[in-house]
Amino acid sequence: MAEWEPRIIVIACHWCTYQGADLAGSLRYSYPPSIHIVRVPCSGRVEPEFITEAIKSGADGVFVGGCHFGDCHYRSGNYNTIKRFNLLKRALVDLGLEDERVKLEWISGSEGKKFAEEMTVFDAKIRELGPNPIKGGANV
Amino acid sequence: MSKPKLAYYLAGGCGGCDIAVVDLSETLVDVALAVDIVFWAPTVADAKYKDLEAMPDGSIDVGLITGNVRNSEHDHIVKVMRKKCKVLIAYGICATSGGIKSLVNLYTTEQLLDKAYVDTMSTDNPDKVIPQTSCIVDSKYDLTLPALFDAKPLDQVVSVDYYIGGCPPHYDHVKTAFTALLTGQLPPPGSWITSGKALCEVCGRNPVLTGKPKKFTTTIKRTFEGTPTEGACLLEEGYLCLGPITQGDCGVKCPNANMPCRGCGGPIPGVKDFGTRAISAIASMLEKEELVDEIPDPVHLFYRYTLAGSALGKKLNR
Repeated sequence: MAEWEPRIIVIACHWCTYQGADLAGSLRYSYPPSIHIVRVPCSGRVEPEFITEAIKSGADGVFVGGCHFGDCHYRSGNYNTIKRFNLLKRALVDLGLEDERVKLEWISGSEGKKFAEEMTVFDAKIRELGPNPIKGGANV
Repeated sequence: MSKPKLAYYLAGGCGGCDIAVVDLSETLVDVALAVDIVFWAPTVADAKYKDLEAMPDGSIDVGLITGNVRNSEHDHIVKVMRKKCKVLIAYGICATSGGIKSLVNLYTTEQLLDKAYVDTMSTDNPDKVIPQTSCIVDSKYDLTLPALFDAKPLDQVVSVDYYIGGCPPHYDHVKTAFTALLTGQLPPPGSWITSGKALCEVCGRNPVLTGKPKKFTTTIKRTFEGTPTEGACLLEEGYLCLGPITQGDCGVKCPNANMPCRGCGGPIPGVKDFGTRAISAIASMLEKEELVDEIPDPVHLFYRYTLAGSALGKKLNR
């Protein structure tokens, strides 16, 4: 059997984090191939169900990226995101999921380097945690 | 025309849903006359499992199942019911989403048996005897018990045609559902039998219905802290009411009695995972993010009736 490789879902907002990922590519910063980016209009579009569904389907880590406070293209999307995300995370931790398996971070369109670094750090963390406890990793 | 045949089975439930049927009072007489009850175990009719198993497949018109699927006996009878019934209805929140009893999924069966038969202070069980699936008494009588497993909602075991929420369903809603059944005015298979309205849409405390703006939740209160203002929205008062995502077929009984909704009615149409959507709805209503940390025990609050039917379905690393 092939060695386990993490599969990480990154839900990125179109206006900041996705642009940051784009910039990371333009500037030739490398980040791990385990990252799978899903683009959404706004991090406020990320319903907690997206995260639980990803975990249920075997994702080893879920990373949500949005704009810094005050930068939201729709003015208040990220203020909702942080409330929903933190509450969901509390429930997920109570349900036995590791604290570090889901993460929320603000990455702006100019932070290509930060994007690449965050992805590298998150990938390393997930490799340390091992496969998703629900399915034993996406490859299985 | 012969009367439609009705079968009813209580799996891992408390019998409260059966009482909700009895609460139909005079209407129950009409229902009882209109249908032929062929099986109602274990509460109402004196029927044996072998009688049900002997019936031809597809011979029963409507089957109602209450309670979640919690052990091998439930599992077996539920599958038999599916074969014998043309239309199978998950009746009550336990059958539809797992119910309050699906909170057992936070623990393993071994932990629960230990707690119930060994660990509790009032238990006198020095030999640590716990129920076994089979045991031989007097070296000749082979006795068996069903094997326990994690609680599951009905649709994780068999296909379900209709869902009715509630813990238990309000008798007015049961009346509506039975009338729809008997007159054949049913929604497409796979749907919930519901008015389709959220509790807030029918709640007298909702400020939006009287043209007032909806305010953010600024404090978090437990139900025993203080008394809500007469007629004010419980969410605005800081009591975490799950009305925004719960079906409002219950007659708004709890909020009218100053108790916030806990979501026993099941999710409004379009919502698959009640607890997660409840987290989304309630978190968005909080005024600031610090309030999130003040909410006590989010799992028991948001997944109170729907843990088994949620995406994770149980606690990991138990």
